[in-house]
Order: sequence, then structure tokens, then C-alpha cells
Amino acid sequence: MPMQISEQGFKNRVEQGIEDDFMRGAVRSAQERLQTNRAIAAEELGDWEDWRTLGQEIRSHTIEHLDYYLHLLSENVSKLGGHVFFAETAEEANQYIKDVAQKKNAKKIAKSKSMVTEEISMNQALEEIGCEVIETDLGEYILQIDDHDPPSHIVAPALHKNKSQIRDVFEEKLGYENTDKPEELALFAREKLRQEFLEADIGITGCNFAVAESGSIALVTNEGNARMVSALPKTQITVMGMERIVPGWEELDIVVSLLTRAAVGQKLTSYITALTGPKLEEEADGPEEFHLVIVDNGRSNILGTEFQEALHCIRCAACINVCPVYRHVGGHAYGSIYPGPIGAVLSPLLGGYDDYEELPYASSLCGACTEVCPVKIPLHEQLIMHRKNMAEEKRTLLAERLVMQSFGKAAESPALFNTATKMAPFLTAPLSKEGKISKGIGPLKNWTDSRDFPEPNRERFRDWFDKRERRKSKNA
Amino acid sequence: MKVSLFITCLGDVFNADTGVHTVELLERLGCEIDFPRAQTCCGQPAFNSGYHKEAAEAAKHMIEAFEHAEYVVGISGSCVYMVHEYEGLFEEGSEWQIRARALKEKTYELTEFIVDVLGIEDVGAEYNGVATYHTSCHMTRLLGVKEAPFKLLRNVKGLQLIDLPNRSDCCGFGGTFAVKMNDISEQMVDEKVNHIKETEADTLIGADGSCLMNIGGRLSRREVPVKVMHIAEILNARGE
Repeated sequence: MPMQISEQGFKNRVEQGIEDDFMRGAVRSAQERLQTNRAIAAEELGDWEDWRTLGQEIRSHTIEHLDYYLHLLSENVSKLGGHVFFAETAEEANQYIKDVAQKKNAKKIAKSKSMVTEEISMNQALEEIGCEVIETDLGEYILQIDDHDPPSHIVAPALHKNKSQIRDVFEEKLGYENTDKPEELALFAREKLRQEFLEADIGITGCNFAVAESGSIALVTNEGNARMVSALPKTQITVMGMERIVPGWEELDIVVSLLTRAAVGQKLTSYITALTGPKLEEEADGPEEFHLVIVDNGRSNILGTEFQEALHCIRCAACINVCPVYRHVGGHAYGSIYPGPIGAVLSPLLGGYDDYEELPYASSLCGACTEVCPVKIPLHEQLIMHRKNMAEEKRTLLAERLVMQSFGKAAESPALFNTATKMAPFLTAPLSKEGKISKGIGPLKNWTDSRDFPEPNRERFRDWFDKRERRKSKNA
Repeated sequence: MKVSLFITCLGDVFNADTGVHTVELLERLGCEIDFPRAQTCCGQPAFNSGYHKEAAEAAKHMIEAFEHAEYVVGISGSCVYMVHEYEGLFEEGSEWQIRARALKEKTYELTEFIVDVLGIEDVGAEYNGVATYHTSCHMTRLLGVKEAPFKLLRNVKGLQLIDLPNRSDCCGFGGTFAVKMNDISEQMVDEKVNHIKETEADTLIGADGSCLMNIGGRLSRREVPVKVMHIAEILNARGE
């Protein structure tokens, strides 16, 4: 699957994440900064919960009527002289994009940040036909020159790297000689990239939201690179996930406000660009040719299922920024370009349980994700639904299924429950020392590897209560 | 007022003391305690692991066990939240769903019950110590009981309460998560223990036995001398 970023198994990836102190330090400080900024920005807006409800309603309405809005968008883009292509699969999307590149005889392609192009491995497809693809988002650029290190976060793809690591990458790969001051690093990248923008034959952008009523594409950036990508090259291709659409400008206003506040704690980002079709004759810049590639790649299979709300996602990463699991293992441990809670929901939907069966379990179900989601996706509940599907498909271990079956029986039978809990202290007695269990066996071993386990009470609460009742009735 | 105590399976087996303190506390506050013997486990381990058929069996049993109750009071926010989730396990409009909803409407977490139903914020407790309080995720975020424990603790004589840094971070319990993903869980509980150490408190208070079992187990393993107490025990303390 193109979404996959590692050949290694989940356990190894987690282990590597936990052992990577640099990455964990970088993630911790980024999470704390982003969490604080998000909370301040939400507070500042006032009535944040009402805004979230509005966001949820807009997304829910749009996805319910996705066919209508996609049709409207497509009509409007065509009227403006743009070309629209609906790609059912990643291959179809890449083939179309390659065809355009070949027709234009393109050598160099400048692109702005886009998760869906990562999802379909577009860069690789273009490189196979001899194109050079330049990432112009600073984070993506760093990863690209660092031998295609995969992104670990959907908004800040190089979040796992700190500034001194970035300095080292620039030095090793590009001969950079200055300090690790972010300003100096950014200036260096800017000078390098400026030339690329001017030379590019094609500009490729992602799409934060398409506006159906006007056929526009809205892009949200802080670096202005998407403007360069869409203003300088003669041909522009925009690739969008088929759910990234709003009915009109009023709705755009609301979802962009939610996006920038939830993502980075900004009222607005430095650049919010709306592109409406190819350049008109009287206009000075912009592409002469515009292609919109709308990618399905498994999304329509989610429509109408219990996971439909996952399509409401506006890719702000607020859930990732509060996730305690992500905090300790980092983005690469998820093995998908979509990490964190939303990644654990989406990756199995788009890539299948075979490749991502561990992800729904990589959550303590603490609900921090659900609490911050600006469009109220019940993320932790969706993880439980994945677990339910996998249990029903018998993908879980036989031992676990048997334990759960006997659990169900014990829970509905007071007699069985009574016997089991009465036996507990005697069964665990051989493991017990000084009132605690430090070396467990079976599933308990995983617990006691890092924690002591309490000894079951010989007098359970119910025994105490019964004794007290007997005493009371005797005295009465 | 008659209260049916929902002891939870962990409470029954591992923390009988918490139950005892809860009974004494509620009786002191004027409640009559009923203990439905038929109660077992709320079904959360099965529900969270995706075994919803088994969870529904547990739910039906609990609905029957508590059907007679006027008020149901649980000593764990997480298990109380599970009871609140029962209605989703049954078909829309079915009889079981109606019965599940009726149980939800009368089931409260202990501190929520004391503050919101009994209308008491000062239970007349006295505990001399420096403590920090762990806010459990399910109780705070999902059940929405945020303020009640603090209201009660602020009125405990002799208790100095110190804010726990990053208090909204999960302790890493997560039911089967602690066993299935023990590597990650260990990192989470370790960070929690570090934050507890930073407060220099001598006591950790919580309102959910499962989180306390997790954090307490790590404190014990790392030999950190912090006493772990369920909020019922603090509220039932009368000074020494």
C-alpha cells in the first residue's frame, strides 16, 4: 500500500519510537506548544463549543450530500475552463497526472504540501517517468532532502526533528554553513526554493477545501509557497481527497477558522489562497492550464458506514497534538502517513486491516482526541468500532475471544462471578509477596513487567457487607 | 434517601476498603445503603475490546440487578460511564434500550452524587497531608464530572491540594491497553509518576480505582513513597 511508510512490524516501530530520545523531546515540546496555542485560540474566539457544533453540522451536511457538491464543483471548474478528473484509485490519479506531465514535457515540478499526494505516492510515480518533484513546504522540503524521510505528522511533517538535526541535514546534503537558528535555516531554504519555483514546468498543490459554489480551491499555508506554486508555473494540477469540499464561502469561513485555530492556534494563517480556474486573459499571473484531480481511493466505501464521520476530518491534527500515545511513540510508529488518532481510524479504512490491524488498539481510549476535534468526530468511539469489526471477523487471538466469552458468561451469572472472585486470592497466592504481585504469569506478566499488581482481597467488599448485615440483624 | 451501591468488580475484589469508606461516608451523609448482591462487572473490558455481544449480556444483567434502585452510586467514573453507554448496545426503541436509559438516568459517580444530588460540598472530613489529585479521563471527559471532586476536596480540613502538572494526560491504564500495549502504557504511567513526584505531595488522590491501581503499581515498582488513596477514603477521614 502506498500509504505505508515502513516495512517493519508494529512492535519494532513502537520500540524504535520509545528509544528515540531526540524525537520524543521534539514531539513533547511541539505537543505542548501546539496544545497551549490551540486552547488560547479557542478561548479567544469565544463560544468554542458552538463553533464546533457549527463545524460538525457543515461537515455532516456536506458529506451527506457529497455527490451533489462534487457535481456542482466539477461543473463550476469546467465552466471556468479547468479540467476535472475523478480518480477512483491511486493508480488512476497518478496515471492522469503523469499523462499531463508527459503532454507538457515537464522536467521539473514544484509542489506545495498535500497529504493526499503522499497517500497515493504521487512523487514516486512522477519520478518514475523522469520528472524532478520539488517539495516547497519547508517541513516537506527538509524530509525530501533527508533521503525521503517520511512525514510523522499531517500538519508539521518534520515535527520529529529538532532544529539542530535540521541544520545537520542542510549541512550534509546542501552544504549549509550557518547556525541552527530557525530564521537562518528558513532563509537558506527560501533562497534554494526561489530558483525552483521559477524553473518549474508544473505546479502541484493539495487542497484544504474546494468551494463548490464557485469552483475555487482554498489553500491554507504559513509560508506562501502554495501561492508561488500556483502563480508561476504555466500548468497547475490540484489534487484533492474527494471529501475536502465545502458548499460555499460562508462555510469556508467557518471551517478555515476552526482549522487554523485547532491546528496551530492561529486566528488565520499568514496565507489563505483561493484559486478560481486558470488565468484569464487580462490577468498577469496564474496557470494557463488547470487540472483538478479528485481522488476517491477508498473514500466512497466509507460513505454510509458507521465510519462516515471519519470523512468529516479537516486535517488539523489537533487530535495528534493531544494524543498521549503519539507523544511517546511518534508518528513513524503508526506505519502510515496518517498517524495519531485520526490515522488509527483512517489508515485501516483506506489501507485495510491486514496492514493496520494494531492501530485501533494503540489508544487508551482516553478521549482527548474526541474532546479537541473541531468538527466533533467521535474518534475514540470509532476506534472501538474498528475493534468490534476485528473481533467479529475473528481477527483477534483465539485466546482473547475465549476469555471474552467466559467473561460474558461470568458477568451475567452472579454465582459464577461469586466463585471466580472468591477464588482469585487463592489462585494468585503463589505469585504474591508482601501484599503485591511483582512477577505475574500469562497476560498478567505484561502488567507486572513495569508495575506491581495488587493482591486480591481475601475479604471482598461483598463479604464485609454481608457480615455487617448479619451483625446488624443479630443486634436488632 | 436510599442508595444502591455499584461497587464495580475491581472495587469488590481489590479495593474492598474503598467500598467500606463509601458506605460509611454515605451513611454519615444520611443515606441508607443497599447492596444488590447480583451485581457483577459493568462489561467495559468486553465493550472496549470490541466484544459487544458479551458487553450486552453484562449490561442486561446489571440492568436487572439495579432495576429496583432509587439511586445507583458507583465508585468509578469509568464504570459509571459504561452504564451510561448501555443504551447504545440495544436496538433503537427496544425494551432493553428503554430499561438501559432508565438505569442511566439514576446512576451517578460518587462525588457527582454528593455534590449534585445531595447538594453537599463540605462532608466534614479532615485529613492532614499534602496531596495531588489525578483527574481520570473517562470521568472527566466522557462522563463530564469535572468540578465535583475539587469542590469536595477543597473543603477537607487539613488537606493541602497541589495541582498535578499535565493533569489531563491519561495515566496509561486504558483497560486491556495496559496489557496489550504495555510498552506504550509504561511510558505513559512513568510520565504520570514523574509529574506526581514534581508536586512533592505525600498522597495521590483519585476517584477511579483502575487508574489508581495503574499509577499505584508503578509508584510501588519505582519505590516512590506516595500514598495512593481513593477520594472516598479522604472524604471519610476524620483526622487522626
